[in-house]
Amino acid sequence: MKCEHCSEREAVIHLTQIVNNSVTTMHLCEPCAAEKGVETTASVAKFPLGDFLASLGKGGSPEPAETGLDIPCRVCGATLRDFRQAGRLGCARCYESFEPHLRDLLRRLHGSATHVGEVYRALAPASAAPVPALARGRDGDLAQLREDLRRAVETENFELAAELRDKIRVLE
Amino acid sequence: MMDLTLVPDGGLGWLDASGPMANVVLSTRIRLARNLTSVPFATRAAETDRRRILRDVERAWQEAATARGGVRFLLDELSADERQLLHERHLVSKELMAAAAERAGQSGAAVFLSAHVGVMVNEEDHLRLQTLVSGFAPGQAYGQLDRLDHELGAVLPYAFHREFGYLTACPTNAGTGLRASVLIHLPGLVLTKEIAKVLQGLTQVGLTFRGLYGEGSEVVGNFFQLSNQTTLGKSEEDLLDHLGKIVRQVVAYEEQARQVLLRDASTIIEDKVWRAYATLRYARRLEFEECMNLLSGVRLGVGLKLIPGLSVYTLNKLLIFTQPAHLAALEERTTHDAELRAVYVRRLLDDEAAAA
Repeated sequence: MKCEHCSEREAVIHLTQIVNNSVTTMHLCEPCAAEKGVETTASVAKFPLGDFLASLGKGGSPEPAETGLDIPCRVCGATLRDFRQAGRLGCARCYESFEPHLRDLLRRLHGSATHVGEVYRALAPASAAPVPALARGRDGDLAQLREDLRRAVETENFELAAELRDKIRVLE
Repeated sequence: MMDLTLVPDGGLGWLDASGPMANVVLSTRIRLARNLTSVPFATRAAETDRRRILRDVERAWQEAATARGGVRFLLDELSADERQLLHERHLVSKELMAAAAERAGQSGAAVFLSAHVGVMVNEEDHLRLQTLVSGFAPGQAYGQLDRLDHELGAVLPYAFHREFGYLTACPTNAGTGLRASVLIHLPGLVLTKEIAKVLQGLTQVGLTFRGLYGEGSEVVGNFFQLSNQTTLGKSEEDLLDHLGKIVRQVVAYEEQARQVLLRDASTIIEDKVWRAYATLRYARRLEFEECMNLLSGVRLGVGLKLIPGLSVYTLNKLLIFTQPAHLAALEERTTHDAELRAVYVRRLLDDEAAAA
């Protein structure tokens, strides 16, 4: 297919836009696309997250979610507005404080908001058990596994609980 | 004064070009972003928080078997030149240097290094575990890093969320916290002008590219860093598999482009390659960017077997040691950088030619 603009070079960029509620598609070669200001790879790759976040707030009618911008994270005090400006969260608990927003954002950024990789086995609070014992517990200290199982059930981490139960059965 | 001889291999083990496809793929790097629970992230952390993070990581590092024989550098105690030197060796990120500069003397910014793995502390995330290996070897790199991650995670309470995975200061890194990148040399695709299409294709399959020095850096000497764009919703294994498939394809395209060049423009290519070699061998002044571009030409020549008796190891060494901070460390800065660079390049190439 030839470029619609110059009719000389091969069209390699196919741009679909919605203008005034109707869908239009343009077929352009690289030079013509650049001339028309269509974003090519380089400009997209360098697009900073801050701008992306800021642009989420603009355009169209204000979303109802916009009202919560100044409610602080109950642990570190950072607000969604702070996050939009800095592009960085204040602490790990911000993920809970702004959970609906972040789930949405994560989905946009990664195409999914559900972690399927390696699962971290959380440590028990240091007051309940000394750290060295925990380090050993990784490899199947039975008492430790039972303790971990109790905690996993308490925190409703059932996936982990099932895994621990199986390990305990093997050891028993 | 920083003593880099304390670092196993000087952190330059990967230069030996022993890894798979080492002529095209210089190195594979993987990093994992981790944070501690109940300590604020970098933007809201106080100096006492940063000290605490550093202390806790140090304790965990000392217990870790993978870290045995390692060393620690506190950026607060290093000069700007010394930090730059670590950066040029890809051991310290631009962000960590920025953190150290911004909070002069109280950044708590540090890097722990052992033979194969390292940890940056108080960067954008509390911990950035990293590894760098020769050639294209994501499996090997991840294996080493995963061991360290388990050892540290057994002592340090990582911030982890059931749904979102490992929690990071920037949501772009959440989930696995894993970014794998390969440093790849693509002169064939640049010369045949196919590179724009390849790079565009990469972004469509979830990869991203950067210059030699990571985020926001320019592409020099036809060196590109390709890495995964997303970190959440796929397992570590899938992320590495996917990157591996694409990198293999890019390497195949590059080889193809080189064959086309040899077939259709062999004299032009030979001329280009030998001119690059001649300039490096005899020039009396070499600016940094010029040197990188000439090294790219010579590397292509070695890859195409046009230049005999020159090892990829020497080329890798030249790439690292002709950078500004490395030249400055070579001897007292009495001569101009460009002259010093030319002297160094000439010496190494003369040695190599004499040995061949």
